[in-house]
Amino acid sequence: MPKPKSKTFTPEILVPAIWQAVIKMNPRWMVKNPVMFVVEIGALMTLLLTFSPTIFGTAAASRGYNLVVTIILVLTVLFANYAEAVAEARGRAQAATLRRTKKETPAKRLLSDGSVQTVSSSDLRKGDIVVVEANDVIPGDGDVIEGVAYVNESAITGESAPVLKEPGTDIRSSVTGGTQIISDTLKIRISANPGETFLDRMIALVEGAKRQKTPNEIALTALLAIFTIIFLIVCVTLEPFGSFLGAPIDVATLVALLVCLIPTTIGALLSAIGIAGMDRVTRFNVLAMSGKAVEAAGDIDTLLLDKTGTITFGNRLAFEFIPVNGHNEKELAEAAMASSVADTTPEGKSIMALAEKLGVKAGTLPENAELIPFTAETRMSGIAQNGHKIMKGAVDAIAALVDTVPLDLTKEADRIGGEGGTPLAVAVNREVYGLIYLKDTVKPGISERFADLRAMGIKTVMVTGDNPLTAATIAKEAGVDDFLAQAKPEDKIALIKSEQAEGKLVAMTGDGTNDAPALAQADVALAMNSGTSAAKEAANMVDLDSDPTKLLEVVMIGKQLLITRGAITTFSIANDVAKYFAIIPAIFVAVFAQLSALNVMQLSTPQSAILSALIFNAVIIPLLIPLAMKGVNYKPTSADRLLLRNVSIYGLGGIIAPFIGIKLIDLVVALFVG
Amino acid sequence: MVIDILQMAIVLALGFLIMIPLGRYMAAVFMFKPTFADGLFNPIDNLIYRVCRVNRDEGMRWPGYIKAMLLTNLAMWVLIFATFMVQHEPLFAALNPDGQGMMNPFLAFMQASSFITNTDWQNYGGESTFSYMSQMFGLIFPMFTSAATGLACGVAFIRGLGGSVSLGNFYVDLTRGITRVMLPISLVVGIALVGFGIPATFDGAQAATTLNGPLTPASPTAVASPEANASPTPEATPSLTSQGQQSITRGPVAPLSSIKHLGTNGGGFFNANSAHPFENPSPVTNVIEILLMGAIPASIIYMLGIMLDKKKQAWTFFGVLAAFYTAFLAIDYVNEKSGNPLLSSIGVSAAQGNMEGKEVRFGQAQTALFANATTAFTTGSVDSMHDSMTPGGSVTPFSNMFLNMVFGGKGVGFINLFIFVVLGVFMTGLMVGRTPELLGKKIEVHEVKLASLAFLMHPLLIFGFMALTFALQLDLGAISNPGPHGFSEVMYAYTSMAANNGSAFAGLSSNTNWYNVSGGITVILGRYISIVLMLALAGSMAAKKTVPMTIGTMRTDNRVFAGVLVGTVLIIGALTFFPVMALGPIADHLAMVAGQTFQAAGS
Repeated sequence: MPKPKSKTFTPEILVPAIWQAVIKMNPRWMVKNPVMFVVEIGALMTLLLTFSPTIFGTAAASRGYNLVVTIILVLTVLFANYAEAVAEARGRAQAATLRRTKKETPAKRLLSDGSVQTVSSSDLRKGDIVVVEANDVIPGDGDVIEGVAYVNESAITGESAPVLKEPGTDIRSSVTGGTQIISDTLKIRISANPGETFLDRMIALVEGAKRQKTPNEIALTALLAIFTIIFLIVCVTLEPFGSFLGAPIDVATLVALLVCLIPTTIGALLSAIGIAGMDRVTRFNVLAMSGKAVEAAGDIDTLLLDKTGTITFGNRLAFEFIPVNGHNEKELAEAAMASSVADTTPEGKSIMALAEKLGVKAGTLPENAELIPFTAETRMSGIAQNGHKIMKGAVDAIAALVDTVPLDLTKEADRIGGEGGTPLAVAVNREVYGLIYLKDTVKPGISERFADLRAMGIKTVMVTGDNPLTAATIAKEAGVDDFLAQAKPEDKIALIKSEQAEGKLVAMTGDGTNDAPALAQADVALAMNSGTSAAKEAANMVDLDSDPTKLLEVVMIGKQLLITRGAITTFSIANDVAKYFAIIPAIFVAVFAQLSALNVMQLSTPQSAILSALIFNAVIIPLLIPLAMKGVNYKPTSADRLLLRNVSIYGLGGIIAPFIGIKLIDLVVALFVG
Repeated sequence: MVIDILQMAIVLALGFLIMIPLGRYMAAVFMFKPTFADGLFNPIDNLIYRVCRVNRDEGMRWPGYIKAMLLTNLAMWVLIFATFMVQHEPLFAALNPDGQGMMNPFLAFMQASSFITNTDWQNYGGESTFSYMSQMFGLIFPMFTSAATGLACGVAFIRGLGGSVSLGNFYVDLTRGITRVMLPISLVVGIALVGFGIPATFDGAQAATTLNGPLTPASPTAVASPEANASPTPEATPSLTSQGQQSITRGPVAPLSSIKHLGTNGGGFFNANSAHPFENPSPVTNVIEILLMGAIPASIIYMLGIMLDKKKQAWTFFGVLAAFYTAFLAIDYVNEKSGNPLLSSIGVSAAQGNMEGKEVRFGQAQTALFANATTAFTTGSVDSMHDSMTPGGSVTPFSNMFLNMVFGGKGVGFINLFIFVVLGVFMTGLMVGRTPELLGKKIEVHEVKLASLAFLMHPLLIFGFMALTFALQLDLGAISNPGPHGFSEVMYAYTSMAANNGSAFAGLSSNTNWYNVSGGITVILGRYISIVLMLALAGSMAAKKTVPMTIGTMRTDNRVFAGVLVGTVLIIGALTFFPVMALGPIADHLAMVAGQTFQAAGS
């Protein structure tokens, strides 16, 4: 997946987050995260013990030990808060970038009597009509109702080429506030109140102001809370067990054991992972309306992809020269080149490119030549030079022009039409030379992307208005699993519903008003920013670059988000093995000296063992912040392989890593504790 | 050694061979497919439905199924409790030839709860406390019904996993479980056991003159087998011993012995349970009893493969369970074979291994097989005294009962396994980049909560009551050993009760009001809470839309998932109990190896 450039960890983000981490220690915030809240309460208890070591009973540890435990626990909480603060700060940085496009601008509001009133953009309300002229900044999101103009949308999309805007075309009638009109004049109906535009909504989202937990996050939080209760039971009951066996355990040590066992690593990083996942989507210039939508993207089973723009370039390009009437390919290519020298359409350019590939020298319009432009009546174009005419055009138009229509011309033309291509005939004077096979061209690399999706178990369905034959040809070439030909908007909805009835989650892209019902029906709907506001309202994501292939990226990001959460959860819980082996012998070795056999890490002293486990537990949080932010490395492949790979890294790794980490920390701690 | 291993291998292979046809038969019974015995059973069942006014076609959703199950169990509990409270009345003298007295109501509460929950923890010696009426209606009766209740719940659970919102009809499942599975098998095997020398009679104890002739007896009890199952109760000593006379207790033992094991109940007729020569006279009966215990719990795994039409899934579960089962068998056998080095100083050869508390007729291999089976399948009968196991060997019964899913009891064992399946799928399933799915259903917050709460109950009950016992110093005098071993005794008691196992570490004189009351509560909560929560989970999964399997779906029927499941059980299940294992058996074992002994506080 292409990685957008990102400033992940800059001092501007990292430094202020420290203070945020401290502020977040307010118990009212902490209680939302049950795991870390328990750590905070533990810290409070050991703090009390630092002042009054016997406050909870006679089994007391030294003030110094209590103090050290307190410090580590406070750091653990701070690290967790810091992870969240950094994630939020990165979101805010992203928001700030976007907000720069949100300057207040003067707007020319059209009043009902036809006069124009200049107001501030913040005074505009939904339904207002404004007039924008060349070099004005468009004051708000809206739809073009009159006029044709070029608009520079680079502030939003980063794309420098201006975009044509005109009314009634669905695709091109929508404009975004903050973009600049370059030529002509437009009348725009404002479609959103200030503070409710897509930009506003996204800024709120990436800032985390309206962040809600996603379904998987809620389930994971519940699981972690119940695990915390289980370990609470384990640790609290250990006190009477120890007392019965003549090994009373001091409270600080019990708190240390509890904090080591509860899943603090994932508890600390869970919300940061969610925020960072949203942030990754934003960095792809996609506005997700909710974290739930991003998460759902990971669950997608079926992708509905519009053929034009997503799978193909949307222009028919020259694919093959087919000579007829005894001519050879070279002659035909030369004639085709000559007929196209003045043709600036993508078709024309592609004909010249193909001819060049066959060794024809790139031609220019000769000085004495006359250009015969394409018209709807003639349906052909070409050049006239010294009484010679070289023409290309619709087969029947050319056929009417020439003396004889060779049999193979009709035959080949029918074949091309049958394959879904468009045949253009080329004639020199009154003689047919051959055909140019124009073909809808599949974007390079797209079939590899679909192969990736297939490996992930995602079905791709191409949607097109073409006839079934044409659709089948493109579908085969692009490597999609299925296609929907001669598709009307109703067909799209029907397809989505039938897939959903099978329990599948469906994603699609769209831009037109007639796409809106289907977008609303789909589980993940990515609307193009160039699309109508109806389409954008119905979707749960909007792509600012209006690039429908982004949907594939969004699916990857959704999956990566879920994998990251699962990986850190597994790692966190697997860590417990080593912590048990560090702390349990340390607690009881005083009574049962033989339990030192369980001290497989050979940690130097009981106290240093407990502190080392606790320190490892704390420092693993900041060490994993980069992983939580960037996400687990994800390559599309089957679930079986992914599971094996991730279980090996985060499951087995999670068991082994703390054995090494705790041992290393112990070597250092032993120097001080002795 | 080689013969031992061969013996164990043969028994495991026999168990495997029973599993397949029995699993097929049970699948047919609970899928209402025709079986060879329909001609016999249909009229019987229909008569029962008519008498009880059961509409056999009425399906129950999960709340209805749970309600029917709980009400039926409550009614039976009342019946059993009443039986115990009136057994001494002259009205029932015909079924009380040995003149057993009135039962302590606390003990009656404990025992009624213990039997109805399929735990069969016994705080009494059967031959000295129970009349024949109590043995039959208070013990043998719930041996069928509690076993069939567990089986019915397991079947209902599997139906829910299969996507059926109706979990079936509890009354029909209960009836078919008894008439078509429990009764026929226990009848046939019961008769066979008579043939192998187990008594079946309503006559009272037999008075016999000993070969020694008239002597003043030194030892009071009739059968000098090892210590009592649960506790040598003070009133346990029969008064019938007089000079040269021995009173040999007997009764309807064979029918009890067969259903005791088939229903994974475990409550013995005699205090010494299956160590008693009348309950388990020979290695042959020992093997039969072991195979009976495993028959239904293992067959359920095969059955679910048929019911869900997911054979590969069933074999994956079976592989995981068989691995745990074999590993725990090996731990037991190796430790017992190694013996107790502390005893070599008094002239016991370490080479013969640990024979304390074992029956010579069974030897180490058969004893290890039995101890592993009885704790894995939650039976709770014993053919040796677990308190006398080496501490290392006792890791096996402890682990089986802590995990409570190594096959487990009929029905409930699979339900418990599924707790770990759900947790394992949820944690690792995210790592394939999708919302975790299990058997085609999404695992979401509701399922995660139910499964993790069901898991929470087990340590909560065990640690909670242990902590109360130690913190409030309740009946600490009941503990017969100092140090870690004494700790293990209390831990074993609550673990066995919470797991509805019923086997005892002995050594703990648990017929006290505290143990009777706390034990009664433990068995009830340990039994019903996880069933209720997990049936709710099955109901929730059944109501969900089925997500089609793709290559992007995490499979739960292959080796990778088997590894995930083993890891989940070890890290979530076993590690929760690691601290107490370290304080009990592990400390005990390490002390034994180091030659350290513990002094009782008072001595």
